[in-house]
Parts: sequence; C-alpha cells; structure tokens
Amino acid sequence: MNETEIHGMVADVKEGKLSRRGFMQRLAAFGVAAPTAWHILDFHGVAQAQTLTPYRPTRAGGGGPLKILLWQAPTLLNPHFAIGTKDQEGSRVFYEPLAGWDTDGNLVPFLAAEIPSRENGSVSADGLSVTWKLKPNVKWHDGRPFTADDCLFTAEYAADPATAATTIGTYKDIKIEKVNDLTIKITFAKPTPFWADAFVGAAGMILPKHVFEPFKGAASRDAPANLKPVGTSAYKFIDFKPGDILRGERNADYHIANQPHFDTIEVKGGGDAVSAARAVIQTGEFDYAWNMQVEDEILLRMERGGRGKAIPVSSGNIEFIMLNTTDPWTEVDGERSSVKTKHPTLTDPAVRAAINLLIDRESVQKFIYGRGGRATANFVNAPPRYVSPNMKYEFNIDKANKILDDAGWVRGADGIRAKGGNKLKYVYQTSINAPRQKNQAIVKQAAQRAGIDIELKSVTASVFFSSDVANPDTYSKFYCDMQMYTTTMLQPDPERFMLQLVSWEIANKDNKWQGRNISRYSSAEADAAFREAQNSLDPARRTALFIRMNDIFCGENIIVPVLARTRMAASSNNLVVQPSGWDLDLWMLNAWFRP
Amino acid sequence: MGTYLVRRLLIALPSLLGISVVLFTVLALAPGDPFEEMATNPNIPPEVRLALREKFGIDDPVYLRYFRWLAAMMQGDWGFSFASRVDVDTLILQRLPATIFVIGSSQILALAIALPVGIYAATRPYSIFDQIANTFAFIGFSLPTFFTGLLFILVFSIWLDWLPFVYRSDISATGWRWYWEQIRQAIMPVMVLGLFQAASYTRYVRSAVLDVIRLDFVTTARAKGLGEKTVVVRHVVRNALIPVVTLVALQMPTVFGGAIVTEQIFRIPGIGSLLISAILANDTPVIMAVTFVFACLVVTFNLIADVLYGWLDPRIAFR
Repeated sequence: MNETEIHGMVADVKEGKLSRRGFMQRLAAFGVAAPTAWHILDFHGVAQAQTLTPYRPTRAGGGGPLKILLWQAPTLLNPHFAIGTKDQEGSRVFYEPLAGWDTDGNLVPFLAAEIPSRENGSVSADGLSVTWKLKPNVKWHDGRPFTADDCLFTAEYAADPATAATTIGTYKDIKIEKVNDLTIKITFAKPTPFWADAFVGAAGMILPKHVFEPFKGAASRDAPANLKPVGTSAYKFIDFKPGDILRGERNADYHIANQPHFDTIEVKGGGDAVSAARAVIQTGEFDYAWNMQVEDEILLRMERGGRGKAIPVSSGNIEFIMLNTTDPWTEVDGERSSVKTKHPTLTDPAVRAAINLLIDRESVQKFIYGRGGRATANFVNAPPRYVSPNMKYEFNIDKANKILDDAGWVRGADGIRAKGGNKLKYVYQTSINAPRQKNQAIVKQAAQRAGIDIELKSVTASVFFSSDVANPDTYSKFYCDMQMYTTTMLQPDPERFMLQLVSWEIANKDNKWQGRNISRYSSAEADAAFREAQNSLDPARRTALFIRMNDIFCGENIIVPVLARTRMAASSNNLVVQPSGWDLDLWMLNAWFRP
Repeated sequence: MGTYLVRRLLIALPSLLGISVVLFTVLALAPGDPFEEMATNPNIPPEVRLALREKFGIDDPVYLRYFRWLAAMMQGDWGFSFASRVDVDTLILQRLPATIFVIGSSQILALAIALPVGIYAATRPYSIFDQIANTFAFIGFSLPTFFTGLLFILVFSIWLDWLPFVYRSDISATGWRWYWEQIRQAIMPVMVLGLFQAASYTRYVRSAVLDVIRLDFVTTARAKGLGEKTVVVRHVVRNALIPVVTLVALQMPTVFGGAIVTEQIFRIPGIGSLLISAILANDTPVIMAVTFVFACLVVTFNLIADVLYGWLDPRIAFR
C-alpha cells in the first residue's frame, strides 16, 4: 500500500463512499494500527466521522448555548402525535426511548440498562418475546422516578385508536407485561426476528404515566404536556411556540454522568434550506441545521468561508426509477395500470435491460447530487450486511442498442424503435424538484441515442405524494410508464422496506392505492422469500432471503436503482455531533459537545 | 353616522360569508393531504393515516365540512390545527405580536420618509430634489420585497456581517441589551417593508400636494402675505392629506400580505409565516382561519377608510 492509495481512500472517506470504520479495517489489513489510521484521517480533516465520537468533556454543563436550526419547524412535542420527522426531532430533545440506532445499525441503550440479546437470554429462542431491563434511578424532569409502568402506559396510550397516535402501528399488536418495576416483557403474536421496534428509535419515545394518564384516548388533544413535555432527557423544557421556537435548559439530574455539555438549547424553525445552510456554514449564527436539501455545489461554495461544514450521513434512502409492466394507458374495471393488463413493450425483459444501461448514474452523482448520493445498482444499500454483492450497474449506450437490435426492436423513419406496431415511447414522471428534473433530462438524452423516446412529466410534490384517491397523478397510481422518487428505509432491518416487493401489497383500486408495492410486479419466489424471512430466526438466512428479493427485482430491471441517498446536515466547525442514518438527527443530543 | 355604520356592518356580513365559502371551496379543491409525510414512511401503516383522516373529518363531503366549520366559528371555536393539534386562535395570538411590531414599525418608517419627501418634492416640482426623489420612489416600488430582502441579507449579513438574519422571538438578554438586540434583528425586515411602502406613499403624497398647491385658495393665502411655511403646513398639507389617510388605511391589509414573504425570508414568527407553513402542511383549519382574518382586515379597513374620509372632510356626507 503506497501513499497515493491512502490518499485515494481518505478522499473516499471524505466523500462518504467509504466509512471511517471501513477505512480503519482496510488499513489494519495492511498492518496499520487503528490509532495511526485515526491520525491519518484527523490530519486530513475527517476526524468528524459518522461513527460515534467519544464524549470528551469531563463535567456536565459549561458549554454555553447550543443553537439548532430546523427549517421545517416542529409543530408539536408529543412524539406519538408526530406527523413527520420534524415533530419527532422536537420531541426527542426532551423524551428518550429505551434504545436508539447508531449509524452502523447497532442499538445504543438510553433508558434500557442493557440491550436484549439471545446471548443474555432476554430475546427468547422462539422469537416470541423480548425482555428489557430498565435503567435504575432515572428521574423524569419533574423528579418522579421512571419505571416499567411508564413503558406499559406509553404502549397502551399509543395503541388506543381514540388517542389517534401516529405510532399505533408499532404498539397495537404487541402485549406488554410488567415483570418488576424495572423489567418489562414484550410478547409477539408470532415469531418476530426484528424485535427492536417498540420503545426503540423515533417511535419508541416513552411518555410519563403520571402526566399523561388523565389524557388517554379521546381527551389526548387536551393534555397540556403535548406542548410542555416532561421527559427524561438531558434537556428540560422551558418554552415552545409551535412552528417557531423551542427552548430548553440543562437537566442537572441527567442519568448519564458528565452530560450534557451545553447549558441551554434553542431550536429555531422557519425559512428554507438554503438560508439555513447559510446561517450555519457561512455566518455562524447557528450551530447546526438539518435536512440540507441544497445542491452540493452551493454547499461547497459556502464551506469555503471556513465557519461550518456539511455532514453527509449515509442512510437507507434510495432514489430509483420504477418500470411499469402493466398497461398505464388502458382502463380495466375503473383503474389504469391494473395487474390484469400487460404493458405492450415494457414486459419485454430486453427493453428493461436496455433502459437500465441508459442511466448514467456516475454523471448524476457527480454533477447533480455530489455528496448527497452514491451511484448504486441495489435497492437495499445499508446496513452493509444486507447489501447484495451480485448487482452491477453500467452506462453503455452501444450495449443497450445491441440488446434492442437482438430482440428485434427496429428503428423506424423517426428514429424510434418499434416491433409489431408498438413503439418504444414512454412517459417518465417524477415530482418537481430541481435535481430530479436534471436527472430526467440525462436519462431522456441517453434514451434518444438508443432509439427510445421519453416524454418527461413533472408533478408538484404535494400532488405526487398525496393519497388523494381522485387524483390520477399520484405516485401510488403510477399511471405512466416509468417514474422516479426516493423511498426511505427508516430501520436498519429491511423487513418493512421489503413490503414494497410483495404481491399482496400491490397498489390497486380495492385498497384505494394504499398498497406499498407500487411497481405492481410480483414474483412467487420473492413472496416466498419474504414470508420465510418474516419468521426466520437465523440472521444469516434472513439476510440471504432479503438479498434474493433485492436481486429478483433489480435483476428483472423492475426497480432501477439510481443513487443511495445520504442525509445532509450542516454543522459549525466547533461542534461535535453524533449523526446516525438510522435514527433522528437529535437522537444523541446528550453527547454533543464543543471540543 | 350611526345608521351609516350599522348599514355598512350589515353589508360586511354577507361579504365575509361569501369570502369564507370561496376560501373553503378553493381549499377543498386544492390537492394535498395533511398527513402526506406519513404516506412515504414505511413504518406507518396506511390504515393509521386513513383512521386519522376519518377522525379529523377530512373525508366528509365539502358542504358538510363547511357548515361544521361555520357553526363552530359562530360559537367562537376556530378549530384546531391538524399539524400541531393546538387551537387555532392560540396559534394566531402567539404570532400576532411579532407581526404587529414589524408591520407597525415599517409603516411608521414609511410615513416618516414619505411625508416630508413627498411634500418637499411637490413644493418644488421638477427640481433636482424632486427628480431624485421620484427616481428612488420608482426603483423602490418596482423592486419586490423578496428581492430586496435577499439583497439585504447578502450585503449586511453575509458580506459585512453586521446584522443577524434569523429573527428570534426569544432573546435571552435583559434590559438595554434586549432592546438593542430587538432593534438589530428588526432593522432589515422593517427596512425592506418600510422602504417599499415609503416609495409608493411618496408618489401619492407628492401628487396629492401638487393637486392642492395649484388651487386658488392657496394663491389667496400667499396673497394675504402668509409665510411659505404656514401656507404649506396649514393650508396645503391639511387638505392634501385627506386622500392619503384613506390610502394608508386601505393599504393596511396589503401590508399584511406583503409581510408574508418578508416574514418567511427573515424567519419572523408572524401570521404570514404561520400561513405559509400551514399551506405547505395542508393544515386546512389554520389556512382557513388566517385567510379569514385577512379578509376581515380588508373589510374592516375599508370601513375605517370610509369613516375617516367623512370625518376629515365634512363636505362628504354619510348616506
């Protein structure tokens, strides 16, 4: 290993292509010890890594104020009413779950004394129950002790349909028993390999029973604590104005020694992403801003000022193109794109394979998304153990032409290929968003050179992603030949994510287009793999099954992945944050500090 | 006067009702879903979203929802926000002080510039001063506030680094320091709004004064040997300002409208930014309430303008 190779790898770490841990491991393979590897990264200014940074302050407090800018502002502070991530972030400042997810997809305990596992016997061998031990001596902000009753209450509160909690899906099918004051046992109806859902991460924040008990069910909206939270976290509530500002102060009784570092916290909302980036990176008015939906070029220009930087955090989100094998232009039983129909041209695997070869992923990454995405051939891109090694991507117009020639698609007088009177003419839709329109144009140009004519269509995001049954332009109706959007994978386990690939989730008129399989493609093998994975308690087998599902859909070119998206945040240069692609941005706010 | 007021108020009622019908229909026809973000979240089953829609009554027919809203409104119940589950009136009251502070200051600034400049320019028409004032007024009201806002941020916050561009409703300082911080953060938004208004007011004031200054009674006043100052202040301006006062009253609702954009740019937690975030979140009860407040303001200020006009100019009778 020579110097150039090390430099190349450091550059990869900087761009987020290679994880810090991966870098260390590779260097270790060449006999370079971890501290030395760390120094190499530190020297190149990438010490601010994605993996957890050790907390260095030796006492709590003394860090002054921490100012955070969430341009999409929290509007409420009850985590179980949260409509979007913004509300969960706001709630997470005050509430804590039993455990959260770090950026490598590992559990980190907060209110739990330890993480349950098969080894310590707290996850049952039949996959039907899990036992959590709670951390002793934890106090709510009002001084009352935190016990198993609070967990039981939270589950009961969220599971009650009258409460109208958005987390009801997590709690409605599980049974929770109190073993003793500091132990709870969760029982599942059927073997559940992925047990870390309830009380974990964004949907797992625990509410104090003594505060919320009178406001369960229909009275839930009247609880004063919906806007004045009493939690267990490192910061106590001072003041909140929905959509504007949120303030907190250091919790002197916090259950982790020497934390938190900051004396007060302020979360300001409003405005737009670009000016939020400016306020952090360029003028330094704020210390941290989230969800930087800003073109990388602009961020790079701002970073030259030297006050702050953008932090890319790899996540499971994927920007992909979906090809429709049903006919979007024929109406059957009151719906188009019905599984009863067949697309005249896209049912030919050769055409789909050719289209896959016409997506110039490298250019899309290089010129449009920058650090915001990484070209990929897979639907599942993280955590690393679930990533398929079998898929490859390529941009090759000649090869696409050859495949189409061989399959008998002949160019007509207008340069568009056709066979049996069916022309390769497609409508390609996506939501209105500058990078997506550029991406569409790149695909259209390449397709033209292969004799495929693509008409571009852009739909306002509020229509595209709406559940409006009457509107034909929603992504779930998929009334066109190809479409592109980002789908999010919020848990480090792909089970929920893979529901997008099973036959019983196909979106159609009967389920009001609420089904999650938007592509409408199904495969008996993928269905069987999913059912087996759902019940398989062997992690290796489960991983293999999910990889197989990924390979079926990507190999058939139904799902044409483009970029694995990274989440971008902006942080001041003198702040150490603990980012995670599998949890909220503020999931480990207690361990943020100024070096 | 009394019967006139009662009659005008009675006419205002049906127009407000009409406005509310139109607003409600347009909102109902507009695409979007307050629980849209949940649709793309794989962790939330679609049933949860459908149950929420049903619980909040979004799936009912439009006319039913309208009458329910109207009945509640009559009893003073403004409904609650889908996004924050807080009562709408609480939300609006929380946002009101910032809007009134910024808009009030910008109006005062606008008048403080427009009155002297407009009057002085009219007394010396086509002089160098008049030309310059006219040019600036023209530039001023041709530049939209979102443009000047961004320009100010670029110059004063980013290049010069003098002023903060994020407006904070909670300033932790106390005493004089609090006032200083408050002024510092309000300078840019107040300037942006104030200068824009000042530009159009200047032109109104100038033309109003020019109209009056040529009249015979002004010549008479001069012929009597009155000083120039007395002629302008006592005889010209008092008459010329009658239409200007009405204009300022009529402009008030527009100012609230213009502030929507400025509030968004500077992150002022006012009513305008509340409206924008509600629109983006498809939060119908909040959009309805805020737009309805705007509608009421328009109707009220129209009435105020009419009454003021009659009071200032006794030649106009209330009929």
